[in-house]
Amino acid sequence: MAAKPRIEPFAVKDCALAAISTGRRAQNLRELRDHLQAVPVGCFHYHFWGGLLRPRFDDPEYNNDFASWVRHALHDARLAERLGILDPAEYADVEQLRRELVDIIEQRLDETEFLAWARRNQQFHFVRAQTVVFDTRKRLTHPAELADAVPALSLGSIYYHFIDARRRAPQGVDDFRAWLDHFGDEFRDLRDQIMAIDPYFITLRELRERLATLFRRQFSAGAPS
Amino acid sequence: MSALLQDYAAVVGEDVIDQLLQLAEPLKGKKVVHINSTRVGGGVAEILTKLVPLQRELGMDARWEIIPGQDEFYQCTKLFHNALQGRTAVLSESLKQAYEEANAQCAEEHRALLRDADVVFIHDPQPAALLPHIHDRKGKWIWRCHIDVSHPQRQIWRYLSGFVAGYDASVFSLADFAQMLPHSVYLIPPSIDPLSEKNRELPEKEIRETCELHRIDPDRPMMLQVSRFDRFKDPLGVVQAYYLAKKFIPALQLVLAGGGASDDPEGDAVLAEVQAAVKGDADAHVLFLPPDAHRTVNALQRAALFVLQKSVREGFGLTVAEALWKGKPVIGGNTGGIRLQVVNHHTGFLVDSPEGAALRIRYLLHHPDKLAEMGGKAREFVRDNFLITRQLREYLTLMVALVHGANGRLVLE
Repeated sequence: MAAKPRIEPFAVKDCALAAISTGRRAQNLRELRDHLQAVPVGCFHYHFWGGLLRPRFDDPEYNNDFASWVRHALHDARLAERLGILDPAEYADVEQLRRELVDIIEQRLDETEFLAWARRNQQFHFVRAQTVVFDTRKRLTHPAELADAVPALSLGSIYYHFIDARRRAPQGVDDFRAWLDHFGDEFRDLRDQIMAIDPYFITLRELRERLATLFRRQFSAGAPS
Repeated sequence: MSALLQDYAAVVGEDVIDQLLQLAEPLKGKKVVHINSTRVGGGVAEILTKLVPLQRELGMDARWEIIPGQDEFYQCTKLFHNALQGRTAVLSESLKQAYEEANAQCAEEHRALLRDADVVFIHDPQPAALLPHIHDRKGKWIWRCHIDVSHPQRQIWRYLSGFVAGYDASVFSLADFAQMLPHSVYLIPPSIDPLSEKNRELPEKEIRETCELHRIDPDRPMMLQVSRFDRFKDPLGVVQAYYLAKKFIPALQLVLAGGGASDDPEGDAVLAEVQAAVKGDADAHVLFLPPDAHRTVNALQRAALFVLQKSVREGFGLTVAEALWKGKPVIGGNTGGIRLQVVNHHTGFLVDSPEGAALRIRYLLHHPDKLAEMGGKAREFVRDNFLITRQLREYLTLMVALVHGANGRLVLE
């Protein structure tokens, strides 16, 4: 019988994000579309995911800055809904996501008689994210260690392993599920429960708490592991 | 972990301090120099007072120097300050000369320090012209702009940007303020220090005594605005909102607390107008406080039921963060950095008129549960976003990226 392949420990990493202005601003939909065609890919990262790492309360209606701006500055609810439903994890790369955004906006421009303008102090500022990733040197060798480790993780670590991982990993999943997958069917239920967490509508602090609760429940004394 | 870091860990959590320690690892031993124009007074000095010791605790060789100057130098930099915030101003040749000479002298005085530093932070326009004098600099230079330059007077900005363009990066507080420059323009909002005199916890007795000293009834609802007597802060709009609300809530008290700047001739006139507007009203208190009355401000903010910052123009509004940190919802003017801190229905309300402010005042006074809920959210919002540890993290991120020459994503092994 062949020996089980050795499973690599879970390497706990952390990240910090800095916001960099591109100097590009849009005051109406046409300008938004034009800039979207030219801005660096880091802008999409920032405007789709970066919101979790900067000051804001989760807006239950919209999960990206484009939808939110279209709704609150241009007052176009229909377009905001179309943009708000976009899930960047569904696109193979940022260029496809960019194309989709531009298509949706162009379609709306075709439908619209008049161009709505945002007030001067409500322009859309294109910002790109700069991310520094670093190794905490912490290593987890068994999933049961997640129960104690996750509550102590920084919000940057939660972001890196749960959000950022989705665009890093080829299969587009978070690092926790990807690691648990190596243990075969043993943690299938746990993986499903992690998958059911929608990170768009909660803060990173809440996300950490939900993950911690899941792992605690799974690995508390007497629970099947 | 040092005692200082432990003090911060008790407020923000050990995970936050651990993250700072790890992020600072590649910067250990680096020579970091901050230069601004004063050691006391003003938000920049307040931040550096804590930021520099914290950088030292994280293993950096951090120093803080100031650029000295004579009258003409300060006249020139005051003119910059006003013009960058949109006021019309003409820069004479003699002022320009005084500015450039002060920078040349400062560069001479600190030549070795500036040449050998790994990272130099130049704060605001006063020392911005140091850079061209250090031809053989070894490190990265960052220009940190703390003021609202969203609509600068163009000639003055053109003159200053001639110096700033040569830096390796610049930092603005908000995207609205960012200007086009030929290097990376970082966006880092300012922060407050939870352990300072202005923000630390106070005994209930001291809060009560402060109220009694200023003849404020601690048992009746009190709302507060802390700001200079400046038209941009709209104190008269606050008085108007107070009277509109007081018709419905007769027990309401108003405190307008602040100081003035000796170089602001308009301050006295605004103060006189405010005093006239509340004349004869024992429930409206106009307090002219000295610039170091941090504990009094702290006590008043804690005594208030909620806080107003009804500015019509505002850079960031640190008084908003201070109030939110004390669990007080803020009714704020819909402008500048207030919009970053006041999230409608979560941490307070944004308003565009005295009438709007009056409506929100009445709402908060009639919904004590909502007021308490918003206060709790406000404190957590500041804990996550506007404490000095967050600003330090972003500075470290910027420094690590610059030192490693990274433009997008940097993975440290």
